[in-house]
Amino acid sequence: MTQTLIEIKNLQKVFASESIFRNLSLKFGKQDFVSILGASGCGKSTLLRLIAGLEEKTAGEILKPKDLRLSFVFQDPCLLPWLTLEENIALPWRLQNKKPAEVSEVLELVNLTKYKAFFPHQLSGGMKMRASLARALVTKPEILLMDEPFAALDEMTRFRLQDELRKIWLERKMTILFVTHSISESVYLSNRVLFLDKILGSISCDLKIDLGVSRDQRVKLDSKYNNYVTQLSSSFRQEMF
Amino acid sequence: MKATSWHAPLITFLVLTLTFETLAYFQILNVSLFPPPSQVLSVLWTLRMDFLSAFLETSSSVISGFLISVFIGLMIAVGCSLNAFLRQSILPFAIFFQTVPIIAIAPLLVIYFGFGAPTVVAASAIVCVFPVIANALVGLDNIDQYHAELFRISKSSRWQTLIRLRLPSAYLSIYTGLRVAAGLAVIGAVAGEFVAGGGLGALIDSARTQQRIDIVFAALLLLSLLGLLLIFLIQTLHRVFQKWRPLGVR
Repeated sequence: MTQTLIEIKNLQKVFASESIFRNLSLKFGKQDFVSILGASGCGKSTLLRLIAGLEEKTAGEILKPKDLRLSFVFQDPCLLPWLTLEENIALPWRLQNKKPAEVSEVLELVNLTKYKAFFPHQLSGGMKMRASLARALVTKPEILLMDEPFAALDEMTRFRLQDELRKIWLERKMTILFVTHSISESVYLSNRVLFLDKILGSISCDLKIDLGVSRDQRVKLDSKYNNYVTQLSSSFRQEMF
Repeated sequence: MKATSWHAPLITFLVLTLTFETLAYFQILNVSLFPPPSQVLSVLWTLRMDFLSAFLETSSSVISGFLISVFIGLMIAVGCSLNAFLRQSILPFAIFFQTVPIIAIAPLLVIYFGFGAPTVVAASAIVCVFPVIANALVGLDNIDQYHAELFRISKSSRWQTLIRLRLPSAYLSIYTGLRVAAGLAVIGAVAGEFVAGGGLGALIDSARTQQRIDIVFAALLLLSLLGLLLIFLIQTLHRVFQKWRPLGVR
């Protein structure tokens, strides 16, 4: 792992007297692409929300730089329906009372330049998600938190967006924390996969993925890729039984 | 507007008018209680200058009362959505104004504002303000959770969140409140005119004392027309807004 960007120490989170994390300790490095896997209700999304400051922790520490530029991509694209695509992407700047910059660049990056005057209801699900990604990228975040962003998309769109996301990650050199239910997606996208165990309330598997920097969907035919998938699947099975 | 949306009420109106006219012609209906439409139209034409002056006076009070209630209602709703203390302090009184009949408050208004337009405007505004507050508040409170979190992550100020998220999200609720208020504005103004004088309300009251049912019907027709015109104006503005921006859509 490269230089540490975020360090989590003895994190505890209690929801309605149920403990989600029990002394969870983790480090996320700069320019890491980390996927977080786990069963429903294990706290994957909660972890992202705690890092983003959307939830209050019960105990422990989340150490991050004071002026960390952070963006969040939700499962829902959550574009404002009354704003055009371009205005939606410029929104983070507007909310900080700053002059929008980089809007054309990120539109270009996600191949949506010609749709910039469209309203969200005029776009497909995949385009909306790309727009949501563009909005998250426009402020050049150091860390991008993604909460099951591709879960509602069809398989073809999902594959295309996975490739685009990897390309963007390589270009922008930022840290990505990516929550997903899909083992294959986590292995394909990341250089590190964490398995969050619901019963333990902590990480039961921390797997480094070494499939090379440039990947395409053909890597899924590779035996190394399949070994990673098998290893993570067994973590799932261990938790189930 | 789709043709079908105005065909049905127009046909109903024509059928009812013809039925009344026929029943009156054959003296099945007591014309001194139910004047035929031709007689109502005739009195409208004969006393056109009186009706026009009363119509304009009532219209002016209705529009003033409506606009005042929209302004005050939206200010209260915004204030209540931003501040819990304000909500707890103001909302009970807003509900009080909703529950007390305007005809019971109107004499008080005459004492405060005197006879004439100010009382009528105040009566109209009091009747309208509650639906504006209630609907706007529902819209301002019910924002999409993801949108709210997006604004929090972007460190948006309360003011920015209000202008860029809460108000656009609340647009459809506010629009519903305005439509309800438009109808009520006429009711409030007429109730005010019964007590404070002036406009179509006073014309109805004076016609009642003279047993001029035809004048009462003619004034009622104009009052309905006034309410419909106001609602039509609001709907037209809504359509223009929606063409410009899909506001209030989740």
